[in-house]
Amino acid sequence: MSRQAGRGTESKKMNSELFTLTYGALVTQLCKDYENDEDVNKQLDKMGYNIGVRLIEDFLARSNVGRCHDFRETADVIAKIAFKMYLGITPSITNWSPGGDEFSLILENNPLVDFVELPDNHSTLIYSNLLCGVLRGALEMVQMAVDVKFVQDTLKGDSVTEIRMKFIRRIEDNLPAGEE
Amino acid sequence: MAIFSVYVVNKAGGLIYQLDHYVPRSDTEKTFSFPLDLVLRPRDERVVVAFGQRDGIRGALRAAAGPGRAGGGRAWPGGAEPGRAEPCRAGPADAALPAVGHAVLAINGAEVSGRCTADGKDVLEFLSNPANYPVSIRFGRHRLSSNEKLMLASMFHSLFAIGSQLSPEVGSSGIEMLETDTFKLHCFQTLTGIKFVVLADPRQAGIDSLLRKIYEIYSDFALKNPFYSLEMPIRCELFDQNLKLALEVAEKAGSFGPGS
Repeated sequence: MSRQAGRGTESKKMNSELFTLTYGALVTQLCKDYENDEDVNKQLDKMGYNIGVRLIEDFLARSNVGRCHDFRETADVIAKIAFKMYLGITPSITNWSPGGDEFSLILENNPLVDFVELPDNHSTLIYSNLLCGVLRGALEMVQMAVDVKFVQDTLKGDSVTEIRMKFIRRIEDNLPAGEE
Repeated sequence: MAIFSVYVVNKAGGLIYQLDHYVPRSDTEKTFSFPLDLVLRPRDERVVVAFGQRDGIRGALRAAAGPGRAGGGRAWPGGAEPGRAEPCRAGPADAALPAVGHAVLAINGAEVSGRCTADGKDVLEFLSNPANYPVSIRFGRHRLSSNEKLMLASMFHSLFAIGSQLSPEVGSSGIEMLETDTFKLHCFQTLTGIKFVVLADPRQAGIDSLLRKIYEIYSDFALKNPFYSLEMPIRCELFDQNLKLALEVAEKAGSFGPGS
């Protein structure tokens, strides 16, 4: 399985194993640097956030999607276009809350954890927490404050990986002109 | 068919990148003998032609008090009588609307900086001294300084917002195109608030796709550069190189491509 860039002018294919192994090296190094899992989780989230604020522009430049009018559209774009573009998978969207402001992304297989086993002394480590940061950072740049967290993880024995996304509020300050 | 310049404006309205790709040159260089038959006057940080026009050297359309009387008496060299009245352009009665006249760009081949010559003398003093003649002066349209560009970019940012507020329809975009007889300004605002502005020849086609391409180049070479901080001026060589390439491709394609 190789990752393919979107309908941009260059279609860069990359070995997905290189990607998986690089991410693994990153997480293990963080585990060595920080004493406890909580700090590593926080750090992964922060790094993901920094990636997300830049990745959103790449995504918008290559995918040409317009502004989403509600959270359901956002969920569709994230699952069907963004995940497909960057990780080559299409998670399914389920478990909508009655108010329409929370949903779950179910990932059958997570390319980041292809060869990974969590050891016993790292049971509270959220291995793919970078993804939460990326989603949070990216959506913040398009004026949406969201809360993203893992509720199920195949590394911890669950059958699927589930990411829960909750819409908190629209960020009203610094709106680009023309959006009201 | 040309693309004149590219501007990138960040969310707050600050100019973070500017490129002058093609600047039409309209300089004239002439040798003059004493006394100078053009009226020069200081304006902002430059010396501009306030009165008198000849051989491609443009003067400002300043109101004259009467025919033959120069407006900028202070600049008239050597106290000579303004008897050699050049046929003057009847300027608008309202002197508060100055048109931009050509500025003094160089004297005897050496570029002037602001109002001083290359060796530090004041330009007007230099030109009022008969001993310095004959002198060769180059006039031309002054190019915008980087401060002026910054100001104009933030002004455009505000006008862009006004554009969307003025709209009778709800949810209108801001200014997308500004057209004059010599150029067209195209603006593209991303969903994240960054504006890409391209000034091009009015007949140049394909600017919309060029703006999208510039967005891609920005996301590749500015954002993926870990040393570049968001919202700050873009100083990335790869961004410059790729942008120039894209402009050249667009210029060639635009002459026979479909209208954007």
